[in-house]
Amino acid sequence: MIKLNNIHKSYDMGSSKLHVLKGIDLEIEQGEFVSIMGSSGSGKSTLLNILGMLDNYDEGSYLLANKLIANMSEKKAAQLRNDMVGFVFQSFNLISFKNAMENVALPLYYKGVNRKKRNAIALEYLEKLGLKEWAEHMPNEMSGGQKQRVAIARALISNPKIILADEPTGALDTSTSYEVMDILKEINDAGITVIIVTHEHDIAAMTQKVVRLKDGRIDEIIRNGELREFRHTYNKELVTA
Amino acid sequence: MFDIDKWQEILSTIKKNKMRTFLTGFSVAWGIFMLMILLGSGNGLSNGVASNFMNDAVNAMWIWTGETTIAHQGLKPGRPIQFHNDDYDIITNIPGVETASGRYFMGNTRYSYGKESGEYTTVTCHPELNEVDRMELLEGRFINDVDILQTRKVVVIGKDIHEALFKEKPALGEYVRINNVPFKVVGVCIEPESTRNRNAYMPVSTAQKVFNGSNRLHNFAITINGETLDESQAIEERIRTTFARKHRFDVADESAMGMYNKLENYIQTMRIFQAIKIFIWIIGIGTLIAGIVGVSNIMLIVVKERTKEIGIRKAIGASPASVIGLILLESILITTLAGYIGLVLGTGLMELVNYAMVQSAGDAAGQGETIFLNPTVDFGVAVSATILLVVAGTIAGYIPAKRAASIKPIVALRDE
Repeated sequence: MIKLNNIHKSYDMGSSKLHVLKGIDLEIEQGEFVSIMGSSGSGKSTLLNILGMLDNYDEGSYLLANKLIANMSEKKAAQLRNDMVGFVFQSFNLISFKNAMENVALPLYYKGVNRKKRNAIALEYLEKLGLKEWAEHMPNEMSGGQKQRVAIARALISNPKIILADEPTGALDTSTSYEVMDILKEINDAGITVIIVTHEHDIAAMTQKVVRLKDGRIDEIIRNGELREFRHTYNKELVTA
Repeated sequence: MFDIDKWQEILSTIKKNKMRTFLTGFSVAWGIFMLMILLGSGNGLSNGVASNFMNDAVNAMWIWTGETTIAHQGLKPGRPIQFHNDDYDIITNIPGVETASGRYFMGNTRYSYGKESGEYTTVTCHPELNEVDRMELLEGRFINDVDILQTRKVVVIGKDIHEALFKEKPALGEYVRINNVPFKVVGVCIEPESTRNRNAYMPVSTAQKVFNGSNRLHNFAITINGETLDESQAIEERIRTTFARKHRFDVADESAMGMYNKLENYIQTMRIFQAIKIFIWIIGIGTLIAGIVGVSNIMLIVVKERTKEIGIRKAIGASPASVIGLILLESILITTLAGYIGLVLGTGLMELVNYAMVQSAGDAAGQGETIFLNPTVDFGVAVSATILLVVAGTIAGYIPAKRAASIKPIVALRDE
């Protein structure tokens, strides 16, 4: 599904260059539930942006569904994002002057679905996420958890192959975080690849595969079976912290 | 291009962002509104003054005689100059003179009818006077050529004379006594440029015969066919030299024969108005520039404010072109609509002012001085000004919108 080969990425910081990703090799299969961890500045968000075609990479190759993602026009990238990827953000990023239903329906607008039809579909998705009564509410009238659920509905409406979530629980309390993770888990069970960036170990522990980044390189990849060991490290980190 | 869904998206955005819409629209509407008022006032002023001139023929000229002040051909200064009927024939034959009317001054004339009487000015004239003074006849007719030839004792009286002597009774066909000589009333008139109508008009030949005028004339009122200042001055010069030779006075002697050329005056006044118009245009263009700056500013702010929204839209699959299109179409829609509103309000206000002035003029409508007339703006000018503002708003929106659309969505989203 996703094949990263020796990905390099650096940012121009005026005179100096900030080398963020220093050769990432990663393979993610269809239907995996992956978390990317790492301390701040380790390049986890940059990696997610490259995966989501929100950003270019400098070196290496990125294959998404066996298609090389490189040097695409903005228009092509936008189209591919619309078809393949759904985003969930830490700060929800709902459009403040649109109600829940319109926010969810927006990706379909860019697919050319007419207003009536896309609003009906949006309602379906809101219902799935238990927010049908909130369809007409504006984002500022909703709680963080509700907003994130609206954002998830928006990510799902275009039937993406991958859901990319950047700190989806970062702005939520623990119980709401777990609710959101449950939803993401359900989505994953339906066969959609889910990749989340997080710095919370308990959240990462709910995924099947944890990719730990350190200084722009993959430090370790912990698979489902090794989660026990992961928990051990996690506890050790807690002690040292 | 016309995609209902796209417009629905734009309309819903406009509806949900009323303040932003209002601010964008207001600067455009205000700019156009002020421009309409400025240009309308300028036009109204110049139309008003032009119409005051139009009441009399603009190509009118008056010529009168006096005493010489310069010795000429051995003749002493202080010699009175007098026109006679043969001068009338001369002046009508001078090239450039279209029509001419001679006048013999009668001094005070007493008008009486029944028990009523009053003193009024009698203007003795040829029928051509009507080409110069442009009287408006309420009833009857003006003096005609037959009156002159047959020295008929007829008179055209002003409206005020009619009211004073005849009260409500009709005057047409009645005989009014002028210095005790009965004259038949053939017409009642008003003078559009004045508020008083106390003049009576009498055939000049009759006046000379009845009131002991012999063949003397005191002044001429003529119209000339000069279009430009130069032409009219040339005709003036020709008349002056002709009469100077005949009556033997120095051509430069202004008091021997005086002349007043209305065209000269008209052209000079119009030049002043040309200058005022240019001034108004400069202010108008200034107003437009202020409007353009206002729209540009707001568009910059709008794009800045929408950076995050642009990021979201791009993340969920909007192409840069669709983002730019959304912002620009919204701005074009708002500015066009607002420009139209400004246009309607500005034109409406000027029409209202026009209406109010016509109303307050009341009975005196068509009479008296108006300094403000038909204060409207050329439609083409109004529309081009609106289009200019719309285009300026579009360009001002395009540059930041393009930049915002080319920002990586992730950067736009970070921008809190």
